[in-house]
Amino acid sequence: MSDFPFLSILTLLPLVGAVVVGVIPRRKAELAKTIALIWSLVVLVLSIFMWVAFKIDGDRFQFHESYQWIPSWDARFTFAADGIALVMLMLIAVLTPVVILASWHDVDGDGKRSAPVYFALLLAFEFTMIGVFAAADIFLFYVFFEVMLIPMYFIIGSFGGARRQYAAVKFFLYSLVGGLFMLAAVIGLWVVGGHTFDFSKLLQSVGEIDQNTSRWLFLGFFVAFAIKAPFFPFHTWLPDAGGAAPAGAAALLVGVMDKVGTFGILRYCLPLFPEASRWFAPAALVLAVIGIIYAALLAVGQNDLKRLVSYTSIAHFGFIGIGIFAFTTQGGTGSVLYMVNHGLATGLLFIVVGMFVARRGSSLVSDFGGAGKLVPVLAGVLFFAGLASLALPGTAPFISEFLVLIGTFTVHKVYAVIATVGIILAAAYVLWMVQRTTQGTLNPALEEVPAMRKDITLREKVVVAPLILLLLLLGFYPKPVTDVINPAVQATMQDVGTTDPGPTAVTANGRAAR
Amino acid sequence: MGDLKLPAIDYGALAPMLILFGVACLGILVEALAPKKSRQAVQLTLSFLAIIASFVAVVVQHSTRKITIGGAVAVDGPTVFLQGAILALGAVSLMLIGERTIEKGGAFVSQAAITVGSQKDLRQAGDQPGATEVYPLTLFALGGMLLFVSANDLLTMFVALEVFSLPLYLLCALARRRRLLSQEAALKYFLLGSYASAFFLFGAALIYGFAGGISFGAVHDAVANPQRSEVLLYAGLALVAIGLLFKAALAPFHVWTPDVYQGAPTPITALMAACTKVAAFGALLRVLYVSFEGVRWDFQPVLGVIAVLTMLVGAVLAVTQTDMKRLLAYSSVANAGYLLVGVLALNEEGLSSTMFYLVAYGFSVLAAFGIVTLVRDADGEATHLSRWAGLGRKSPLFAGTFTFILLAFAGIPLTSGFTAKFAVFGAAVEGGQTWLVIFGVISSMLLAFPYLRVVVLLWLSEPGESTPTVSIPGFMTAAALTIGVIATFALGVVPAPLIDLTRDAAQFVR
Repeated sequence: MSDFPFLSILTLLPLVGAVVVGVIPRRKAELAKTIALIWSLVVLVLSIFMWVAFKIDGDRFQFHESYQWIPSWDARFTFAADGIALVMLMLIAVLTPVVILASWHDVDGDGKRSAPVYFALLLAFEFTMIGVFAAADIFLFYVFFEVMLIPMYFIIGSFGGARRQYAAVKFFLYSLVGGLFMLAAVIGLWVVGGHTFDFSKLLQSVGEIDQNTSRWLFLGFFVAFAIKAPFFPFHTWLPDAGGAAPAGAAALLVGVMDKVGTFGILRYCLPLFPEASRWFAPAALVLAVIGIIYAALLAVGQNDLKRLVSYTSIAHFGFIGIGIFAFTTQGGTGSVLYMVNHGLATGLLFIVVGMFVARRGSSLVSDFGGAGKLVPVLAGVLFFAGLASLALPGTAPFISEFLVLIGTFTVHKVYAVIATVGIILAAAYVLWMVQRTTQGTLNPALEEVPAMRKDITLREKVVVAPLILLLLLLGFYPKPVTDVINPAVQATMQDVGTTDPGPTAVTANGRAAR
Repeated sequence: MGDLKLPAIDYGALAPMLILFGVACLGILVEALAPKKSRQAVQLTLSFLAIIASFVAVVVQHSTRKITIGGAVAVDGPTVFLQGAILALGAVSLMLIGERTIEKGGAFVSQAAITVGSQKDLRQAGDQPGATEVYPLTLFALGGMLLFVSANDLLTMFVALEVFSLPLYLLCALARRRRLLSQEAALKYFLLGSYASAFFLFGAALIYGFAGGISFGAVHDAVANPQRSEVLLYAGLALVAIGLLFKAALAPFHVWTPDVYQGAPTPITALMAACTKVAAFGALLRVLYVSFEGVRWDFQPVLGVIAVLTMLVGAVLAVTQTDMKRLLAYSSVANAGYLLVGVLALNEEGLSSTMFYLVAYGFSVLAAFGIVTLVRDADGEATHLSRWAGLGRKSPLFAGTFTFILLAFAGIPLTSGFTAKFAVFGAAVEGGQTWLVIFGVISSMLLAFPYLRVVVLLWLSEPGESTPTVSIPGFMTAAALTIGVIATFALGVVPAPLIDLTRDAAQFVR
């Protein structure tokens, strides 16, 4: 079973689906939606098979496939997945059908916009996401890294909310700027790394790169990933994009696409430039901690639900950042687990917020108030999503946040303590949001809106149920996921330490290593 | 004195040029003798046959490596490749030039000498068939370009420069619509081009004074072992370079580009943007790599500054443009900067990647201008940017095609723009010119903005009252567009065959 070319098929399948859905005439919107849903479920089933076939105690990189592409540059279609990539692939495979179902009526009743195109773009986006996580060739990774902008650009630009043009352009330009920095670094790496793009070959040869070059190359990659993640101070595109995108697409944007940044740091920055990673770690930690506090404070002050959720994500990415740059196995595992849990929790939050927005026709907090009296079940789901997002014990994000904090505390006490303040702020922004939208006296304007009288529908229940289940399940029993993540994180941390004199210098002696 | 011997001439090696020049002369006879009605069909067929025959002759010569006709012409890897590229791009341009169905009578005026705005002029703009002299002129220009990239001494190069420039000056003035703009463009191009040619000639004279010979091999030997004052060398090199930089549209010698690109009939703009660029960079490569390799440390920084200036000027000014043709003109200036980055790598990688870039960019730019010819209203092409708003709603197919080409210009992967940029930047890092790559990346960021603005206009803006229609392309324009788009996509996804071809060709003879 492990010889089965999982990754290439998994990558191409959504692309084929996107083409099929895209050519369906706009009159047959229902057909297009159904095909898109079934297609994404097939992808999900395939990735479950892949999860089963993954050997926890096997090689670091599994499902290795390689096909010739541009021989004179030694660029190949190489796919391989380690534990980190595997959980991200699962995340995208789970979220896409959920989002497709959640977006079922997003483009209805609008003569201007074509439903088949919207769902084709969602599948195209899934294609680029799977590609970016499955690639084990830096050239191929870069190709997916840039191409994934295009479907999201059109999703935001053509199907988004009020300021969609501005948001789409800002999103595209920010990402493109980061991508071009990375392009320079990729070229540099190719020249100094022995004219190859193969990740495993590069791992062998990067030791010979001199320190200064290595630091510049690190910076090129890091800026691209920091913009994508996004870390403070490169974050300003995310609230606009998240606020303007349709809720389902925003769930994918924040839940999966932004993880490419943190994934890229773990997969490429750390192993390829270990010395530079350690050298830049203090700066990265400071940025991450600033991001946690600053974004949380901004989230408290938001009046727009979608922007608020976007800001909470920036704060969460700060947590992921300190977990990565603490260079401890606990911190690293916590970060990867955080990436998964955040995808589920924020994805759920965005989708539920989208349900509220679709009913009310507005995403402003002040347009709600006491909505729980009209739609009690939906309000309950919002409350649960909020609690998961603030990492309440019993929900999955608690475990990852806890792991990140203890992983960081062992080496950087100050940062860990400051980051803990972020948890308190998280409680503030989530609870305030829930209180101002669903609790308290009923806003009389809400009663005027007929759609607000309709509580959660069957379709919406089917949408939120798997996410709620997963959040609870992983909250009580994260072992299946951590077992997959752990070996990959340990290998990554070993890469960071390999050129270091004394293998324990980083983990046990982080201060001295700086 | 009696024993003056004729140099050995390898007619096979010269065949591509001889065919084009021969058929061009034949075309003039057709102009004189054939009845007016049948000229268009006859000329078009003749021109295509000539280009195909010439291309076949190039392919036959693919393994020839020799200097012939008394040292005047060098046939080697780059010559063969660039000649093939010019002919292929020229054939696609000819499809745009030969299109007669989009506008009655085509893009060219029948009698350019008629006073603009007179009654007679209005009549001819309305319904008279366009001039068929454009075909022989195009063939002369293409022939000159073939000679330009294969010239092996400075004088032959100068002659070739004039041979391909003069027809282009004329062609620029033949637009059916906006005649004044067209004539102004032609005059501007002619005057500035003549200055540039004069600079080139003067530089050639100085280099002759320095080296005692004009063939590139002799100059190379003299550079390696200088006998006379090096002032002559540097002054001569600077002047020759100015002549070439002008043709390649590099800052600060680029100022003609937007005016000429805007004023010229769009098919001719496409021809200039694709083929002239190949010819100019082909000659620049030969001069720098063959003759002046010995003083690379002296010219590399200077040309490096010019490359940076070109990339930044092209990108910054492209941001402020409101006319589609001018926007594409500034984008072509910036692209000339990226090409110069590849040239300045001064290694085999640099040579092969520059040649790859020339082909990749040529096909994309032909498709871009091809679409410009289609977006029209009652007064001809509607090139003002505001007029393109909401075109995606009205004609998604063409807006999609144009978007794809713009993404290629912006260097997004899976288009030839990305692989080409990757190739030249990689070569430059290899050649120790990392600083140029950093400026190249910065310029790409700036340049992404105007492209993206057009994409926003096409798709995300509401169509205005005055959004023009997209004409149904005739067979030839459709073919040109298809070729351009397919080449842009194919060279982005499977660039390996062409890269291998350029690598095999990347060796000059001296």
